[in-house]
Amino acid sequence: MTTLDTVDRHIINNLQEGFSLGERPFRDAAVQLGLSENDLITRLSRLVSSGLLSRFGPLFNAERLGGAVTLCAMQVPRDRFETIAQQVNAHREVAHNYEREHAFNMWFVVATEHQEEIEGVIAAIQSETGLTVFNFPKQQEFFLHLKVAV
Amino acid sequence: MTAAQANLDAVDRQIIEATQGGLLLVPRPYDEVGVRIGVKGSSVRARLRKMLEAGIIRRIGAIPNHFALGMTANGMSVWDLDDAAVAWLGPQVGALDFVTHCYTRPRHPPQWPYNLFAMVHGHSRQEVLEKVEQISRLLGQAAYSYDVLFSTRILKKTGLRLQAAKG
Repeated sequence: MTTLDTVDRHIINNLQEGFSLGERPFRDAAVQLGLSENDLITRLSRLVSSGLLSRFGPLFNAERLGGAVTLCAMQVPRDRFETIAQQVNAHREVAHNYEREHAFNMWFVVATEHQEEIEGVIAAIQSETGLTVFNFPKQQEFFLHLKVAV
Repeated sequence: MTAAQANLDAVDRQIIEATQGGLLLVPRPYDEVGVRIGVKGSSVRARLRKMLEAGIIRRIGAIPNHFALGMTANGMSVWDLDDAAVAWLGPQVGALDFVTHCYTRPRHPPQWPYNLFAMVHGHSRQEVLEKVEQISRLLGQAAYSYDVLFSTRILKKTGLRLQAAKG
């Protein structure tokens, strides 16, 4: 794992939101962080290329942009797990799929362009696997604390 | 909500497509976006500001890779929370600095009694469990039961590519 020095931590902890929309935004941010514009850009480039940051830029709210998203779960028998993972993942509408330790051991996100397509994907997965897909659409969202301290 | 309902025009959608994978790390990143799509940098900045104010953009900045940063334990804590308490306790859970996502979702009784989902990241399972304990203290008797589901494997992760070009 690439190690972070104190300046990297300072950057990550203070630059997860509120990035300037000025003409020279890295210069604005660098002033706040006590760095030079060039140093900030160099360090961010390294953090992105080493994979410690997924990217640097706007984080869009998928639901506000069009398209529908839901979380689904299944109780998959252990001996069929790999096969069913392949069947589920074969749907391009399945964006993420996680194995979790629980009777509900497969959790995946279905993202479609239109709300009505969600039901079709769920129905297809149920008929291919013979298992019930439990649908957990988001109801209320409480303040998303997407920041993480490092 | 579709892109059209969010009042996004063709230029907004081009800006979304040009920036959702990240800004170029150059001194004038918004001008670069403008060059790419044929509008002024000042227009790119004004439109991004509007999208930020409308909640179409959640935030602009560094987007950390939890796993690469050593936050390798990921526990989905799920709670059977008294429906009458959701309105005042939900926001308090969401405001905890170690909770990255917090939502209510439907129960599926009898297999699934839980209605509140709070995602907790940590450097170890122990750390996640200690944080979940803090949530438990906060919810007190309003939570009838809870569980923590640790992820053991990522089976697929394509990233949500936003389909903003349709409209």
